[in-house]
Amino acid sequence: MAEQKNKGFMAWIDARFPATKMFQDHMSKYYAPKNFNVWYFFGSLAMLVLVNQLITGIWLTMSYDPTGTGAFDSVQYIMRDVESGWILRYLHSTGASAFFCVVYLHMFRGLMYGSYQKPRELVWIFGMFIYLALMAEAFFGYLLPWGQMSYWGAQVILSLVGAIPVIGDSLVVWVRGDYLISGITLNRFFSLHVVALPIVLLALVVLHLIALHEVGSNNPDGIDIKAKTDENGKPLDGIPFHPYYTIHDLVGVVIFLFVFLTIVFFFPDGGGYLLETPNYEPANSLKTPEHIAPVWYFTPFYAMLRAVPSKLGGVVIMGLAIAILFVVPWLDRSAVRSIRYRGWGSKIGLTLFAIAFVVLGYLGAHPPSTVKTMLAQIGTAVYFAFFIAMPFYTRMEKTKPLPERVRMCH
Amino acid sequence: MKRLILALLLISLPLLGYANSESEHLEKAPINLQDRASLQRGAQLFINNCLGCHSMKYLRYERMADDLKIPKKIVEDNMMFTADKIGEPMLSPLSKEQAAKWFGTAPPDLTLEARLRGADWVYAYLTGFYADNKRPWGVNNHVFPDVGMPNVLEKMEAQMGKDAFHKAVADLTNFLEYASEPVALKRQRMGVYVLIFLVILFVPIYFLNKEYWKDIH
Repeated sequence: MAEQKNKGFMAWIDARFPATKMFQDHMSKYYAPKNFNVWYFFGSLAMLVLVNQLITGIWLTMSYDPTGTGAFDSVQYIMRDVESGWILRYLHSTGASAFFCVVYLHMFRGLMYGSYQKPRELVWIFGMFIYLALMAEAFFGYLLPWGQMSYWGAQVILSLVGAIPVIGDSLVVWVRGDYLISGITLNRFFSLHVVALPIVLLALVVLHLIALHEVGSNNPDGIDIKAKTDENGKPLDGIPFHPYYTIHDLVGVVIFLFVFLTIVFFFPDGGGYLLETPNYEPANSLKTPEHIAPVWYFTPFYAMLRAVPSKLGGVVIMGLAIAILFVVPWLDRSAVRSIRYRGWGSKIGLTLFAIAFVVLGYLGAHPPSTVKTMLAQIGTAVYFAFFIAMPFYTRMEKTKPLPERVRMCH
Repeated sequence: MKRLILALLLISLPLLGYANSESEHLEKAPINLQDRASLQRGAQLFINNCLGCHSMKYLRYERMADDLKIPKKIVEDNMMFTADKIGEPMLSPLSKEQAAKWFGTAPPDLTLEARLRGADWVYAYLTGFYADNKRPWGVNNHVFPDVGMPNVLEKMEAQMGKDAFHKAVADLTNFLEYASEPVALKRQRMGVYVLIFLVILFVPIYFLNKEYWKDIH
């Protein structure tokens, strides 16, 4: 005991809790490839946005009234009477969009550099579960302002459950807790939004990071940095995450905050894309808005839903569009990870996929027309073709030789 | 660098497309939130002409007085026809039952009207009444077909002449725009300081990063 006392406070802690060990394992002795580029900012930015959502969410909950009669009024109360309430709300509402923005870019990075390939399949799968939980979290949260678009958006999406044969209709009533969306639905969505899903999200983030730190980060060259080590077993192309990437990520944080806070302080409505205009009218079950569109981060899938003539078919396609992402690690048969060393098949495939996703996103936000529906059908076909053809073009294409060591880009 | 540009473009995607199908054809409302005199005139017009039927239940008299720099005494003596205390919201004396009887429907609350439909719409609506004998009040509206509201400002238009009337409507629209988000000006002022702070913060962070990374090749 006396011996421990001499070593100070951290020794006392470390004898009881592996604080120093954990810091070393995950920060100061976690070796990350030294050639991360700008795409590698989005992981830490997603964490930043998550923290923003949690903190602003806690304070919003303090003044929000989760009842059918009080919800809309309480949002205006937050915007007008609560000290700095408007900042909290805009940070939270813009944060939701920012979350999807960085997560989509983070996922695209994974597709680009083959970060899901062996041995990172579980990193990818935990990430996909985070994406699913995030979609649920956003969907539940969107009902809470209790405006017209909140109400009718939830109405449309929940009615999709009704497309399930036989049990569909009674299942919808069970999920809603009522024959139409009501204060009861709002209560349960509030509970799921502020308690259940944040817990799930946090747990999944921990799993995502543990899995990542077990196998180590991929990099833009997609080669294994652990293959070349010095005499101490430290990867030659690896640098300690702390301080190198903690400092490096701060640069990304400041740039991100500049863009994010520009929107928060100058364009909080985002032209009707971040805060949809019909939501300034309280929910009214007797009056359907002219045009119901989900928020932009759901529109690619909404476009796919509408592209299929049958409702059940649309729901199945939408579900498959997300489900197929889970199996990407097994669809990709390429011998190399990174797009830098892949052949034309992968390059064209990924480009077409990205274009299809953006075009579908545009189409899902606008009312359908004959041409737009046809475009959405083509977009859906391209989206699925990218995945279904992946086992073939990734195996058949000619890849470039991999470098011995990672390349730094300056 | 190419990738950075691409990433920035992707980040700004949600900003694109200010396409709101309705507002596309509307004339831009000549309003300015910085013009305090206009807002004060607009508040007066609103209270005299609109508040009889339309509430602004999310705006308190006191907030309006503070934001528009109208002395509280003036508000209490000349503007508060429907409230006893200055901290109360601006409510119409018209009950829902009366409203339903007179107009067939309750006049909507107007606090968020400018955000719901846009200031341009509000301006076009208030200047868009025309005579139509088929309607119960003898008027119809260009941007709100078969509207249930009578043309309350008709007399004012006749007295003032078209130009002065349009200016008055612009003041009223300006006030509705203010009421829809009272914090708008403060938000933008604060935003400027926040962004300046981030630009300054970027400098030490950039060089700190450069210093740490100078030996990594």
